[in-house]
Amino acid sequence: MPKENTANKQSVYVVDGARSPFLRARGRPGKFAAADLALQSAQPLMLRQPFIAEELDEVILGCVGAAANEANIARVVSLRLGCGDAVPAWTVQRNCGSGLQAVDTAFRNIANGNSNIILAGGVEAMSQAPLMFNRAMVDLISDLYQAKSVGQKISALAKIRPGHLKPVISLLIGLTDPVVGLSMGKTAEILASRFKISKEDMDAYAVRSHQRLTAAQNEGRMGEIEVVYDQDGKSYAADDGVRPDSNVDSLSNLKPVFDRNHGLVTAGNSAQVTDGAAWVLLASEAAVKQYKLMPLGRIVDCDWAGLSPAEMGLGPAYAASALLKNNKLGIADIDYWEINEAFAAQVLACVRALADKEFCRAELDRSSAIGEIDQERLNVDGGGISLGHPVGASGARIVLHMLKTLQRTKSVRGIASLCIGGGQGGAMLLENTNV
Amino acid sequence: MSSENKTQRREYKNIYVERDAAGIAWLYIDQADSSANVLSAEMFIDLDAAMDGLLKDPPSGLVFLSNKKSGFIAGADVKAFTRVHTEAQVKESIEVGQSMFNRIEAFGVPTVAAIHGFCLGGGLELALACDYRIVCDDEPARIGLPEVLLGIHPGFGGSVRLIRLIGALSAMPIMLTGRSLNARRAKQLGVVDDAVPRRHLRSVAIKLIKNKPLLKRKGILATLVNTSLARPLIARYMKQQTAKKVSEQHYPAPFALIELWKSKGGNDQAMMKGEADSIAKLFMHPTAKRLVRVFMLQEQLKGLIANDGGFEPRHVHVIGAGVMGGDIAAWCALKGMRVTLQDRAPEYIESAMQRANKLFKRRFKDKYERQAAKDRLIPDHKSYGIEHADVVIEVIIENLDAKVALYKDIEPRLKKNAVLATNTSSIGLEDIANHLENPSRLIGLHFFNPVAKMQLVEVLKADVTDLAQFKKGICFVRAIDRLPLPAKSSPGFLVNRILLPYLLEAVELYDEGVPMTFIDDAATRFGMPMGPILLADTVGLDICHSVALILSKALGMPMPSILSKMIDEERLGVKSGMGFYKYKNGKPVYGKKQTNSPLTEKEVQDRMILRLLNECVACMREGIVDNAALLDAGMIFGTGFAPFTGGPMHYLEDRGISETRNELELLEKKYGDRFKPDAGWTELHTYLT
Repeated sequence: MPKENTANKQSVYVVDGARSPFLRARGRPGKFAAADLALQSAQPLMLRQPFIAEELDEVILGCVGAAANEANIARVVSLRLGCGDAVPAWTVQRNCGSGLQAVDTAFRNIANGNSNIILAGGVEAMSQAPLMFNRAMVDLISDLYQAKSVGQKISALAKIRPGHLKPVISLLIGLTDPVVGLSMGKTAEILASRFKISKEDMDAYAVRSHQRLTAAQNEGRMGEIEVVYDQDGKSYAADDGVRPDSNVDSLSNLKPVFDRNHGLVTAGNSAQVTDGAAWVLLASEAAVKQYKLMPLGRIVDCDWAGLSPAEMGLGPAYAASALLKNNKLGIADIDYWEINEAFAAQVLACVRALADKEFCRAELDRSSAIGEIDQERLNVDGGGISLGHPVGASGARIVLHMLKTLQRTKSVRGIASLCIGGGQGGAMLLENTNV
Repeated sequence: MSSENKTQRREYKNIYVERDAAGIAWLYIDQADSSANVLSAEMFIDLDAAMDGLLKDPPSGLVFLSNKKSGFIAGADVKAFTRVHTEAQVKESIEVGQSMFNRIEAFGVPTVAAIHGFCLGGGLELALACDYRIVCDDEPARIGLPEVLLGIHPGFGGSVRLIRLIGALSAMPIMLTGRSLNARRAKQLGVVDDAVPRRHLRSVAIKLIKNKPLLKRKGILATLVNTSLARPLIARYMKQQTAKKVSEQHYPAPFALIELWKSKGGNDQAMMKGEADSIAKLFMHPTAKRLVRVFMLQEQLKGLIANDGGFEPRHVHVIGAGVMGGDIAAWCALKGMRVTLQDRAPEYIESAMQRANKLFKRRFKDKYERQAAKDRLIPDHKSYGIEHADVVIEVIIENLDAKVALYKDIEPRLKKNAVLATNTSSIGLEDIANHLENPSRLIGLHFFNPVAKMQLVEVLKADVTDLAQFKKGICFVRAIDRLPLPAKSSPGFLVNRILLPYLLEAVELYDEGVPMTFIDDAATRFGMPMGPILLADTVGLDICHSVALILSKALGMPMPSILSKMIDEERLGVKSGMGFYKYKNGKPVYGKKQTNSPLTEKEVQDRMILRLLNECVACMREGIVDNAALLDAGMIFGTGFAPFTGGPMHYLEDRGISETRNELELLEKKYGDRFKPDAGWTELHTYLT
């Protein structure tokens, strides 16, 4: 369709969305490659549109670490989805913000008139993160390949020691900050200390996350999920990391995993390692009219912020502050919040930071506290702790679920936000256009 | 670097030859007025003339290629087979081919066959006469010697040259089964020297001509196998293996080929002559004529779309993910369609997806092809696919109310030009169509189980059916590489209706005390692929019973009471582990074979086959299909009815119409009404022209 050549910002609508169930990693690599999850959740989404995949202007997919055979995974999925050769597709990487970055970029490309319909989302198959040889082993194998004579080969092989076989777990490396050397869990420990968040607070938060997701599942609020089928034909229809019977007592017994001696952050109050994909379909005003689309809502704005990598979990506070300021809004104007649950400590720290006058003055350049987020309006259907945090996918998931929440509650405004490893935060302002 | 001005070109009717600057002659086979090349008599004349021309000024090399998109050479001119009537005629035409190919073999400069697509029968024999063969591997290639499927074996030196090239152990199975090889497999076996992408075909041919690599020699094993000591032993084993699949009496060709190799395998010239003698005999055997007929029937069914107005289905929506629905969906995806597969909930689609993945794994060695097929098959319990579908196939339970409710929901959602089809086998097309907003749009597409094996699909129309929709249905069946059989909707359609009295008679025989294995053996010895008792067990006795109930009501056929009794006892066939036979791991347990039958084998065969033939006549009379050829095609490709007979109607003609009718009347006197000759017998000659 013709592109409007206007420098003015055009309205950008989210007209539909879908995601795969989020499937918890269970020791071995999961049944689905990242591209399979992205593809299978996008197929029904595209089939229910009045336009076909070839009519998309582009496909943008966030992913932190695609498999070696999924380089530019967006293009892999786009071609397998039947978008055809002519639809460009590209992958964005901003760690945990990748999925939100994909949506933001799609939003901007439509707002400035470059595109009319974009399929944007995020995907991660964390269970598929490879085990790698360590450096000593790689050197040894290289020497072996270069050895010409049998003698050289034997002497290269003879150097092998048990230590050579110790694998490098790429997932753990990915979850460790490459600049300050802290694991993501340690950065949550730092926030817990700074904002005096107790283990009891964290565990209570985690239990609530599971309860909220359980309720959402029972009450049919997870309609955004499309069923996926594995190689054996088995179908997966729901997030499988939820523990409906989770309680504070059982969580209190868990040992800290990141700071084993003095820490508070456990596997129970952290996000689960999970595989999943999430998509939203964005459309311009013109496309909405042409295809008579029924928007879920509108993307109003998106802001990004940087902060110390050691306190990366506070990213949402910084980004949301900027977003509110730019749109001249206060806490009271926001009906619902999604702050991605990387760690219970980190979400609670964001809530406390925004309500803390000193913090807001010193860090956010505000004259007073921004205000306290009502936790009844925060992550109302659970989050990363109960349904998992496939890092590249979560950003797209919270955008989609926020729009569904606004629609369900007939509310107006919501913010979807997440913290980003490396010390960043992203926040997107969404508006229900049906009220 | 252009050599255009130096290229010389000579044209014949079916061939043109270009000579490039390097002196290489490129001989393009390009049959006039045809989309495929066949080795017709005219083609041989042109080949001969072209070789004469080349000999006057010998090129530095000679490359054979095809100018047709469809492939190199599809084989001999099968139509010409029907014009050959004496052994002498066969020998004469065989000698033309043999001496032509001998001439190519002895041409004196390096020769290359640059193959793409089809290279079958005489086409491969030509290629085998060249020094080198290369095949294009980025489009589907089919390389083989399928003569045996026509009741003969290679005749232009193919058996001699293929055995010489790759040894008897590899060569014989290719010729005995008639199965074709793809590019990869042909290279693996050494049938071709190289498999390369299309863009390299010319340059590799030039390289071969320039470098003249030594011709490949077969290994020690192949040489040992071909000794006069080893051949009789191996030949005996090959005959045993072949006899497990077909009988020598019905299918003499593979046995003749083994015999030929056994007696003459050590001497190329003797074997070449033996080839001609043997093939001349085979040609005169009735089986060859009938198998040629079967081939022509197949071509006829394939050609049914020729005059249609370009319906190119791309998306198929299948409703009902049971065994049939799921397998239809998987087959369509395998053949390149985008498919959405609907059922009530995901759990009903699971086993279909599992079976589909197994099918893709079996059919596609290449993992990217496999993945693409998988991606094309989309489970769709929310029914999003309907609005996109070019063809919608309903395969839900055989219950009119359920179907009517479904059609009410889907009809308004169909694309304007979409074909709407039901796979029902027991409900009349008009009974469903009458409930539609537009009754003329519904057609029947009746697939057979297992879908991936059974080539036939009955395409059905009722009186109200729009002919354009019906034709589109035929188009669709061709688009998924199945054989469409156009027929009129009536109970049982064609295939099941004709098969049923045959099955019921088998049950009667069983009831009368004829041992089951005796009945089944009698049928397989007649030439059926599977005995009727085993077939009933395999289909499932409950399914047989429900279809039989509907048909017996509609056609006034008496039902043996034993069937319902067995079903009451949960004896349902293979699936319940017990039907007529007992089953262990899906295989029948025969126990000791009983031979104490109250009837002779001939009597048993006659009772089953005559009832079948009588039903054929009834179908002809009712005009279920347009002609006897279609009926034969339907029974051969839909049930495996003994192909060497040429189909039931052809068999009936051979058996004698009035004789067969008399036999029926005798049986009627003895056993009653179910053998009463149909009214159609009196006008039978009009159907058989």
